[in-house]
Amino acid sequence: MKRVVKLLQGNEACVEGALMAGVRFFGGYPITPSTEIAEGMARRLPTIGGRFIQMEDEIGSIASIIGASCAGVKSMTATSGPGFSLMQENIGYAYITETPTVIVNVQRGGPSTGLPTKVSQSDTMQAGHGTHGDYYAIALVPSSVQEVLHFTIKAVNLSERFRTPVILLLDEVMAHMREKVDIPNPDEIEIVERKRPTVPPDWYKHFALTATGVSAMASFGDGYRYNITGLIHDELGFPTAEPSEIVAMLDKLKQKIVKHAESICEFETNGMEDDPKVAILSYGIVARAAKQAVIIAREHRLKVGAIRPTAIWPLATDSLRKRLKNVRQLIVAELNQGQLINLMKQHIDQRHTEIIPLQRYDGEIISPGQIFNKIKEIKHHGSEI
Amino acid sequence: MTQKAKQPGAPDRFEVRLSGAGGQGLILAGVILAEAIGTIDGKNAVQSQSYGPEARGGASRADVVISKEEIFYPKTMKLDLLLALTQEACDKYYPDLKDDGTLIIDSGMVSEPPTPHCYGFPFVQLAKSEIGIAMVANVISLGAICELTGIVSKHALTEVVKMRAPRGTEEKNMKALEVGFKIAKEAKNQR
Repeated sequence: MKRVVKLLQGNEACVEGALMAGVRFFGGYPITPSTEIAEGMARRLPTIGGRFIQMEDEIGSIASIIGASCAGVKSMTATSGPGFSLMQENIGYAYITETPTVIVNVQRGGPSTGLPTKVSQSDTMQAGHGTHGDYYAIALVPSSVQEVLHFTIKAVNLSERFRTPVILLLDEVMAHMREKVDIPNPDEIEIVERKRPTVPPDWYKHFALTATGVSAMASFGDGYRYNITGLIHDELGFPTAEPSEIVAMLDKLKQKIVKHAESICEFETNGMEDDPKVAILSYGIVARAAKQAVIIAREHRLKVGAIRPTAIWPLATDSLRKRLKNVRQLIVAELNQGQLINLMKQHIDQRHTEIIPLQRYDGEIISPGQIFNKIKEIKHHGSEI
Repeated sequence: MTQKAKQPGAPDRFEVRLSGAGGQGLILAGVILAEAIGTIDGKNAVQSQSYGPEARGGASRADVVISKEEIFYPKTMKLDLLLALTQEACDKYYPDLKDDGTLIIDSGMVSEPPTPHCYGFPFVQLAKSEIGIAMVANVISLGAICELTGIVSKHALTEVVKMRAPRGTEEKNMKALEVGFKIAKEAKNQR
């Protein structure tokens, strides 16, 4: 099969990925800088037997995709910070009802309506802890338009595999820039479908406690009777206040995600092979400036490396610590006032690795020069690089 | 491609800005350029644009970063090539051009070029007189850029312009491209 290479915007690549992964329902409410995703879905879905609905707002949008997913259709919505905030209550509902859904958040500056057309990574924490209660999120963070396509497919697959909402966290720059994308052939991509019940309807438990933490999921109308509610429930879905059942259900939500942190969150590294003592940690669009900064630093004979997680929720902390074994100073670069850095402080032994902030929140992306200046500063303060 | 001052960490990087007034089709020109280079010439190209209220009216711009290598930082840092179709755009973006960068202006619109070392072509006027519509000034500019710099192949540019041209305007756009090639060739020969 001849390879197809296209020049696509990040938002357009997201549409391609979603359709390839089998998304056939999109309920959304347009908002900058995510609007092109809704536009693309509105154009494409009706031509392939899917459905697009522009809802009255973001609360309705997330509700519609939860409903569609319960009916057995892979479903997605896309929004930005203000809409993501509105969706939080129902995102919680998707967590507790274990309904596979994909929520794309194209980050812009906040709080509130904030900076509609400017880049930001200030929803880093919200992606993991936006709604109340105990739950464990998955948030994928691509770094190129090509990755937006692949991570959208991955987001859909993970949501199906773990019966959970998955957040795809983009930003204004990645959403709007155009880059060459190698469109994969259908036989090159793995498509995951949710586990369906194999038992007769009388035996079916919608929230069955299993070894993997993931229960089979029957669709509405399949002939399986079950209850779903936002209340903590038993295996059949009926509300419970029984302490042992409460713990079992909350542990189920936790274990199915944290057990797989190492496979959900991978790391891309640059210049880490010769054990540099100084490294830059960043995600998404910032990681690209970091890679460039590594090359600039090495041209100046400064041994520096870069490390980038592909998911920030959950973080593969064992693997992260292993990679930072020889790093004495870690620059955490991000487009906010310090969110990723707090996560790092939680997981990294600061007696061994000093954590140094590099933050920008003026609506522009961090440049390679800015990171290089930080490296020079560290050198200037007497550190061996 | 002529030898230029190297960008730190990215010796092969070539940065282009196409600028003018809103409505002159410069974003589309940027997309066409990046698409031709990325999908047909086989190099890497990243296109970005100013977005938001500041992009409505006034100076409009599209940026394209080109490299044989993987492009890490997607935005422009110091321009190798600036196309300015209006005085406002020229004044606003000239400081972003490298000292040895190439400036191409619309000589009919930019009455006060910031430097004598630039290429001037009356793009808008040529679009009206040669093709009959001012709208194709962007395509004439692309033809001239192609001929002067070689950052994109004629073949790739022609293919993409043909593909992207609104139905019924293919012929006019092809002709506009030829005008661009021709005026740039003459300018090169004169130097």
